[in-house]
Amino acid sequence: MRRLWIGLTYAVFIFLLIIPLSRIAIGAFENGLDGFAEGLFRPEALHALMMTGLIVIVVTILNALFGIMMALYLVRANWLSHKIKSILNSIVDLPYAVSPVIGGLMIVLLLGPDSIIGGFFEGIGFKVVYAFPGMVIATLFVTFPLMVREVMPVLQEIGHDQEQAAATLGAYSWTTFRKVTWPSIRWAVVYGLVLTVARSLGEFGAVLVVSGNIMNKTQTATTLVYQDVENFNVAAANGVALVLAAFSVALLLMMEWAKKRKEVH
Amino acid sequence: MNSAYESTGSKFRRREGCIVTTWIRHKGWTWGFRSTVLLYFFALIVLPIFGVYVQSFSAGWSHFAESIVEPIAWKAVLLTIKLGLISTLINVLIGTMIAWVLTKYRFPGRTLLNSLVDLPFALPTAVGGLMILLLLGPGSLIGEAAEKLGFEIVFHQPAIVIAMLFVTFPFVIRAVQPLLEELDPLEEEAAYTLGASKTTTFFKVILPSMLPGIISGGMLAFSRALAEFGAVVLVAGNIPGRTLIASVFIFGEIESDNPAGAAAVSVMLLTLSFLILWIINTVQQRGRRM
Repeated sequence: MRRLWIGLTYAVFIFLLIIPLSRIAIGAFENGLDGFAEGLFRPEALHALMMTGLIVIVVTILNALFGIMMALYLVRANWLSHKIKSILNSIVDLPYAVSPVIGGLMIVLLLGPDSIIGGFFEGIGFKVVYAFPGMVIATLFVTFPLMVREVMPVLQEIGHDQEQAAATLGAYSWTTFRKVTWPSIRWAVVYGLVLTVARSLGEFGAVLVVSGNIMNKTQTATTLVYQDVENFNVAAANGVALVLAAFSVALLLMMEWAKKRKEVH
Repeated sequence: MNSAYESTGSKFRRREGCIVTTWIRHKGWTWGFRSTVLLYFFALIVLPIFGVYVQSFSAGWSHFAESIVEPIAWKAVLLTIKLGLISTLINVLIGTMIAWVLTKYRFPGRTLLNSLVDLPFALPTAVGGLMILLLLGPGSLIGEAAEKLGFEIVFHQPAIVIAMLFVTFPFVIRAVQPLLEELDPLEEEAAYTLGASKTTTFFKVILPSMLPGIISGGMLAFSRALAEFGAVVLVAGNIPGRTLIASVFIFGEIESDNPAGAAAVSVMLLTLSFLILWIINTVQQRGRRM
């Protein structure tokens, strides 16, 4: 009985995860090393990877800052009533329920050239949608809950006492945060960072809608893979896909590492 | 003389510290911080969601109703629900099994498999779609064998289910695992001592303790399956009612410059997802209270 279950588990993993992953690796080298290099070092592929990198950096920094602050407010703030906090708390989860395409549509509707805000920015010569800012906003929307949801439980768990003690002893709020709060939430933040990087690296639907997928301008790595497949250029798509997959596996390893550290503190 | 110099220095330092303190402690800072964070939150999350609802009702109720009763639109939503349910059901079964095996048995490769579970979360969904296309698509071994047997996988419903299955794979496992770890082995032993068979113990003791995780994990998987786009768009077809799912339909409407139609279907899908999210929260809160 035991053997049967273990065998079945292995079968699911092999068929659902391991074979597909290795198929990408084989596909990337189908035309040899030159084919792989050709697919990866096309100017549009390099540009797309650069765009993805820029988005990841900007989004991760912004979300880390605002995510930690939001988590602190949702757990600690006594200037918000309990009721408001619980409403805000459930709003944080909404991006999880929103399909990425709909997330992109929202931003186009709100900031697109036909909207009031978008028209204003267009007037002063600042393009939001179909340009870099829109893509960043779309990714911010999709990844917002990740950091908040990692940090909040830790804050709830460690409780208020130590911070209050520090405050009583005369520490300013910044010192209290740096010396008392930060050491205990550190690994949760690292875990949240890795999750945010992974999610913004792979974001596709929202970015596709917002960017307009213009080659060498607003194309990201994932939307390039999509366009290559649509153009029946699967071999070229494989190279970029393999790079993305390799990054994901590396991030997965970091997640495991951060998770272990998080448990120890 | 030396000591006098030192005392002026420390006095000066103290006064400087005082200025910095009042500067840091100034109420304006706190309020500025608070309103910035809340404003960011509202502008980023609340406003866009609000905007879609406004947009879809902006042309009046009748227009909204028209967009929804259009057969292509509601067929797409119904098909998404149907395929989402199928993939969730499969996920509940294999997810529960894998969670069980990974927590209860010790065998070589267990840690590796346990970390692999999260792979679909880490992998870009478009890459997931490409994998399925490569493995099962035209020209692949499996794809051709299936075609000879009269099956069609890619660009048809099976591929959509597989894509949803792949993307939502970790949810049930990650929801059930902690519950199984918490389960007291004594309870199980007590059941055996009282003469219960393995099957009875499973259904009366183990399954009830896993159930909250199965339900909330399954719900999360379902709502993710409804929302999925990246993996699905590469392997789904465009036949209304048969292979056109909601997120792909919305994307098509945006591409063909019909944001009103896209917004109407989005509102349907969003309301459904929010409902599921609300149920998950209620179930979890009730579970915590017990």
